Amino acid sequence: MKVRYFAWVRERIGKEEEDIDPPAGVATVGELMAWLSRRGDEYAHAFENPKVIRAALDRSHVRADAALTGAREIAFFPPMTGG
Amino acid sequence: MTASIVAATVRLQREPFDAAAEATELRRGRTDVGALVTFTGICRGDEGGKPLIALMLEHYPGMAEAEVERHVVEAQQRWPLLGVTVIHRYGRLEPGEEIVMVATAASHRHDAFAAAEFLMDYLKTRAPFWKQVEYAGGKAWVEKRWVEAKASDDALADRWAEPPSKRPDAAE
Repeated sequence: MKVRYFAWVRERIGKEEEDIDPPAGVATVGELMAWLSRRGDEYAHAFENPKVIRAALDRSHVRADAALTGAREIAFFPPMTGG
Repeated sequence: MTASIVAATVRLQREPFDAAAEATELRRGRTDVGALVTFTGICRGDEGGKPLIALMLEHYPGMAEAEVERHVVEAQQRWPLLGVTVIHRYGRLEPGEEIVMVATAASHRHDAFAAAEFLMDYLKTRAPFWKQVEYAGGKAWVEKRWVEAKASDDALADRWAEPPSKRPDAAE
């Protein structure tokens, strides 16, 4: 599964994207955030306040309880500030 | 309500755009358009009282287009629009440069105003764009800060969650 990071989530992790293979127990977006945040200090920093992090599965907004089943791409980013 | 879906223009681009020309294009050669609303968002020269050098706009390619198009379709379903144009820039913008434009054409002004406001409220809170400001921080360095999302923008977007039960201009 491909993960993409944007804005300060990208800056804190130090990567734009990466391929990951989470274990079977990681079933939701929220569980994936928790799993990622254990991968290192930069991830822990990025996900220190998971409530403010927004996510998209295959380019559609989803909530933290959304299932990862079948998703090819997930993105994590701060609240949007366009317009 | 089933609106006839008319052609819409959605563009995300690095280059500047000509808002007046884009708006004129929406009603060129037609006489059914009675109202044309154009909103242009411009990069200000200050943010929070501090002079800024530039605004960096990051976006999520692929998803940003899809989100904007989805909201344009929703606007077309909610109001009887005769044309819609949305252009959003990304990359580095300096004060005075245009960031975004929304133009809506309709027979009556209420529909054009409402649809333009709806689209802007959604662009600010749901389209995957992020603004970073560059402040002058001294001779050799630049202070950069991500713009924080405003709760007031969320509140403005949320007011569209309930479809209008009755359009004010329905009797016109």
